[in-house]
Formats: sequence, structure tokens, C-alpha cells
Amino acid sequence: MTTLAPRSFARSGPAASRPAPTPPHGVRLFLTTHLFPSPLAGLTSLVLGAVLVLALWHIARWAVIDAVWVSPADGSACRAAAGACWAVIGEKYRVMLFGAYAYDEQWRGAVIIVLWIVWGAISAGSWLSVRVRLAGWALVFAASIVLLKGGILGLTPVGTDQWGGLPLTFIIFGGTITGGLPLAVLLALGRRSELPVVRLLCVATIEGVRGIPLLALLFFAALVLPLFLPAQLTVDKLIRAEIGMIIFFAAYAAEVVRGGLQAIPEGQEEAAQALGLGYWLRMRKVVLPQALAISVPALFNDIIRAFKNTTFFSILGLFDVLGATKAALQDPNWVRYGTEGYIFVFVLYFIICSAMSAYGSSIERSHQRRGRRAAR
Amino acid sequence: MSSTSSPVRAAPSAPPRASSTVPPWRNPRVRSAVWQGLLVLVLAAIAFWLVSNAARALDERGMTSGLGFLLDPAQFALGEAFFVFTPGHSYLAAFAVGLGNTVMLSIVSIVTATVIGVGLGFARLSRNTLISGLAHAYIEAFRNTPQLVQIVFWYSFFTLLPGPRQSWSIFGLAFASNRGLTVPAPENSTIALLVLCMLLVGAVLAFTIGHVADRSRRRTGRRWKGLRSLELAALLVPALAAWLASGAPLGWSVPELRGFNYTGGATLAPEFLAIYFGLSFYIAAFIAEIVRGGLVSVDAGQIEAANAIGLSRADLYRKVMVPQALRVIIPPLAAQYISLLKNSSLGVAVGYPDLFSVSNTALTYSGRTIEVLSIMAVIYLVLCLAIGAGANLINRFVQIPER
Repeated sequence: MTTLAPRSFARSGPAASRPAPTPPHGVRLFLTTHLFPSPLAGLTSLVLGAVLVLALWHIARWAVIDAVWVSPADGSACRAAAGACWAVIGEKYRVMLFGAYAYDEQWRGAVIIVLWIVWGAISAGSWLSVRVRLAGWALVFAASIVLLKGGILGLTPVGTDQWGGLPLTFIIFGGTITGGLPLAVLLALGRRSELPVVRLLCVATIEGVRGIPLLALLFFAALVLPLFLPAQLTVDKLIRAEIGMIIFFAAYAAEVVRGGLQAIPEGQEEAAQALGLGYWLRMRKVVLPQALAISVPALFNDIIRAFKNTTFFSILGLFDVLGATKAALQDPNWVRYGTEGYIFVFVLYFIICSAMSAYGSSIERSHQRRGRRAAR
Repeated sequence: MSSTSSPVRAAPSAPPRASSTVPPWRNPRVRSAVWQGLLVLVLAAIAFWLVSNAARALDERGMTSGLGFLLDPAQFALGEAFFVFTPGHSYLAAFAVGLGNTVMLSIVSIVTATVIGVGLGFARLSRNTLISGLAHAYIEAFRNTPQLVQIVFWYSFFTLLPGPRQSWSIFGLAFASNRGLTVPAPENSTIALLVLCMLLVGAVLAFTIGHVADRSRRRTGRRWKGLRSLELAALLVPALAAWLASGAPLGWSVPELRGFNYTGGATLAPEFLAIYFGLSFYIAAFIAEIVRGGLVSVDAGQIEAANAIGLSRADLYRKVMVPQALRVIIPPLAAQYISLLKNSSLGVAVGYPDLFSVSNTALTYSGRTIEVLSIMAVIYLVLCLAIGAGANLINRFVQIPER
């Protein structure tokens, strides 16, 4: 009775204050979470880091320290050096960028390149409406053809056999997209058509084209097409190859557009039908605008691939960037520096394709943001 | 009471008047039939026009058509071939060489691309920034440049290496020079190939045993005793038996520099290396993104649940993440394999005698443009369909079983 038992084990009154633990921050946070979370992982990082430093050192020695940047036109300075010969690019960049285009007229090619880059940068922003951006691209594309072809506005005419380099690559690409997208939409609509003949034709085209290599399609267009056309109708080699590119792009893009079409609820079309709209009006005003907006991010994969596929023209003997570079490196004085030449082409494509891919994913992100806002 | 006289009730019982009163040009069924008939007629007319043009063109050039030329002797030789091909062999044999090279190249590249791609896909998700950063850099560099530029780059790289006397030695075992890559090889290559095939048979056998054991465990609840050793035996015994039966050869031929060239080993030509690297490294970047996408798609709750019941990291991957990720991975993976197969036609750019490049040569020598290109297209189509069918078969194994 008299023993004093505590009534509660709970603490009464404030606890002694302790300083808050200092979490690792700055460099230490990065090291502990990203590089050395455990001894084994730390060892991996160390070994990998050492290999990386060694590799980078070798590359830097070849590419920078022992490299030659300028050389006389016969490449004599390069032959003496142990490292890379970047002089080959200074010597040959005009052939790589403009192909066999007449030397005095190469400013026209340069204007085309500037036009594409400037309008590309402008239309990547969002301050212009889609309509203005597309109209601008149509204008840039038409201007490129006029500039390269000449014959009007006092420009000397230049045959398509002399077109080459980056302007040619841009024009092939532009033509593929301009011709391919409408065809892709038609094929996608045809694949969902209720008319069995139309559906069958579209399915056969899409699956047939997707089952053979692009190179085979280009050879069909280049070699078989002239046989099937009357002798008096000769189609330019460039246009024949372009037809092959367009069909190939359309077959792949059609499947993307079909995905977009499938994402539109059936009620949309039924509502339009109830309003009394005919098939084409229904598609043009209700279904396609929504379906295409959904397809745009996925279409970017196909568009980037179309740009990369322009290099296939070099196999047909046309002088796109790759074909022109191959031709430039035939020079016996510079034939030994092919590695440097192709690295230049590699970097050129990498910059353009990365820019397009970054733009594509920025569109995708803004779509998602809008979707989230709408869902709220 | 008014129900019998109601016009609302009467309407459905009336015959569908629409078909009798609507003129035929406004009847949707008639219209669709007419449109399709017109379409067929127009297409047939275009086709007839094209074919008659072609017939006239062929006639004027005095060319005959048909597939009879396949048995004629061809006037060209092929460099690196599946089997020896010299002038005098038939065109049919040339196609067989091309097909063999394309299939072999595609298989080797698909295996390589898958190994690199899966590794990169996992590396991309590593918590180690160094590893994930390197994987990311690889993927960006190889995905955002044309495959053809890569192939031409590799070709130019290998042909510009110094000659055999100043070759780059890789640990004294393999040598890179302008002749290509010289690597150690088993002395008897046919036996080596046989053993390799048997290893493949063993792998299929082991997989089947594992599958059967798993099903019996689900049915009876009992594990098979010694399943692991049984699987291991199934994997190794066929290969081991084949090796012993062929006299158990142990010899490896290691390349050695003698005079101006190597003796021993096997040399992979620059043409093969260029197309092989170009195909494998490019597709690997795409496979890596597919694998990463598949792994990321596994619901976070699944991983938390696995951690909560104390699964090891290896088991988390093997039993929880990979089986679910495979469902997402396999269809796009098959598309990448098909794309690899089709792009093996780029071998023509570096002179590797694949199906496309052999067809191109045959076309030049025979002048049978339409026939040669059609045969080639059909072979590619069949190969693509075969990969698609194989992928569907595998897909059935990994899909969620549904009633």
C-alpha cells in the first residue's frame, strides 16, 4: 500500500532536445546515393570510372592533342601526324555539304540550309499558330526547290543530276513528308473503310511495303517503274526514288494514324452522323483533327526515321550528304581520313535528329500537361 | 383502347418502305457496290496499261521473261559465301548463297543486339549514375544517327586500320588490321558448329523440362527432386555427347603473324564486321529502350510487395519483374528483329554478299529486273512473316492466360 508505484510510464514534460541529424548534401549526397551506395557498387564505379578515363584519354589524344587542324591541300601535314586529321573537313566541307553543285552557285545551297534551320527554330516555338507554321514550311520547301533548280528570277538552271549535299537531303526529306502524310491518312482511312475492296487494297499495300526492305522498294521504283511506263514518258531518277520513299513512309505512318483513329470514341462519329454530315465532312471536321493531334508524338518517330533514311539515296548513286561525303573521300590525297570525314557526317545527323527528337518529346509532354489540366 | 389505331404501333409492322421508294443512287448498298466496281475497273485499266507498256518495252529490247533463267549458269563470283560460289553455278545457287548469308548475319546480329540491348536497358535503370549515364549516351548516339552512316563508318574504320604487320593486338589473341578481325577459332569448325547446335537443342530441352516440372508442381503441389541438376544435364549432355562422339577435339587455332599475314585463327572480313556492327549496335539502342519501357511498366506496388515479403533482388527481377515486363517487351522486340532483317540489305553498301547484294549482281548480269527483284521481295516477305510468327508463338507463353 505504501509502495509508490508510478501511475504511468509516459514521460511528462518536454523531452531533452537533440540537434537534427545532418543529412548528406552537395557533393557528398551525390557520391553516397549515386556512386558509392554500397562497397560493391563503389568498386564498380571505381573500375568503370578508371576504364572511362583511360578511354577518354586515348580518344582525346587522338582527336585533340595529336590532331592536325589545317594542312596544305595535298594533306602532307596530316601524313606526318599521329592523331586525327580534321583538316580533311576544312578541305572538303563544300563537297560534303553541297555535292557536285557548281562552285559559283553554292550560295544558293547555303541559303536553303539557313532557311531550313531558321524556320525550324522559329516553328519549334509555340508563338505561331499551327497553320502559319505549316504554311511557312510549304513556302520554305517550295523556295528550296526553286533555288536549287533555278531557271527563273535570273538564276542559272541546274539539272537534278547536279543536286547534292545537305540541300538535297532536306528536299528529299521535305518531299517524303509532304507526299507521305496525305497518303498515310488515306491508307489509314481505307484500312478502316466499310468497303471490302478498298480495305483489302489498303491492307495489302501497307503490309506488303512493311514486309520488304526500303532498299528493295527504292530499286523497284528506280528500275522497274520505267519499264512499266511508256517510252516517251521518262521520269527523273530523283523523282522515281522519291516515290519509293513516299510509299515507304506512308505505309509506316498509316499504322500510327490508324492508332490515332482507334483512340477516337465512336460517339464522336455517330454524333456527326446524327447531324447529317457526309463521310468526308465527318472525317475532315470531326475525326481527323482529333486523331492527328493524338498521333503527332508517335509520328515523330517515323519523321525522324524518314530523315535518317535519306542516306539510302547514296546507294542509288545520288549525292545526298552521305553520297557526297563518299565522293569527297575518293580524293587520293584524303582517302586515308575517311574516319574523320564520317565522324563529321555522324555529328551532323546527330545534331539534326536529336533536335527533332527533343522537339517531338516536348510536344508529347505538352500534350500530357494539357490532358492533366483537362482531367482536373 | 387507342392502341390498335395508334400510328406509332402501326409503323414497325409496315414493310420497310425505304428500299422501295428511295432511288437506287441514294441507297447506300447500291452506292458502295458501284463505287467499288468503278475502283476495280480503274485499277484494272491502270494495271493493263502498265503491263502492256512493260510487255512492249521488253519486246523492243528483245528480252524474254519467265523464271527459266534461274537454272542458267551465272557469270560472276561471290566473295564471302556460305558455300563456295564460282562462275558457272546457277542463278538459283546464287540466291541460295545470298539467302544463307542474310539468315546467318541476321541470326548473329539479333543475338548480339539482344545481349547488348538487354544489358543497356537494365543499365539505364541502374542507380549508379555512371552506368546509367553511359547507357544513355550510347542510346542517344546510336539512335539519332542513320544506320547507313554507322555501317559506312565501321567499314571505313576497318579498312583504314594498319596492315597485319602493325595490327592492333587485343591481348595477343585477336588482331585488328585492315584485313578485318582475326580471332582464335576451333581447329575443326564443322564439329564446333555441331556442338553449338547441340547446345541449342539442350537449351530447348532444359526449357521444356522446366516448363513440364512447373506445370506438374502447380497441379500436385510437389516439387521435382533434383530439378536443377536434371535441367543442367539436359542442357549439357547433347553437346557433350556430340563432342565425345566426334573424337573430343581440343585444338584451338590461335592466329599468329607469319611474314605478311596471319596463320591460324579465323578472319572476319571488314565487309562482314561493318554490316554486323552496324546492324547489332544500332538495333541494340532501340532494344534497350524497349527493355527499359517494359521494366518501368511493372506496377510499383508489385515491387513494394516483393520487397515486403523479403524477396532477394535477383528473385524480384526473375520472378516478379521480368515475367510481367516480357508481355510489354516481346511485340515491339519482334518489330525490331524484323527491321534488323530488312536492314541487312544495307550490306550492299559495303559489298557484303547478302540476299540484296547478290540479287543486285544477278540483276546486272541477267537483265531480268522484274523477276530478280520479285524473287528477292518474296524471300524478304517470307522471312519477315517467319519472325512475326515466331514472336507470336513466344508471346503466347508470356501472356496472361485468359479463359
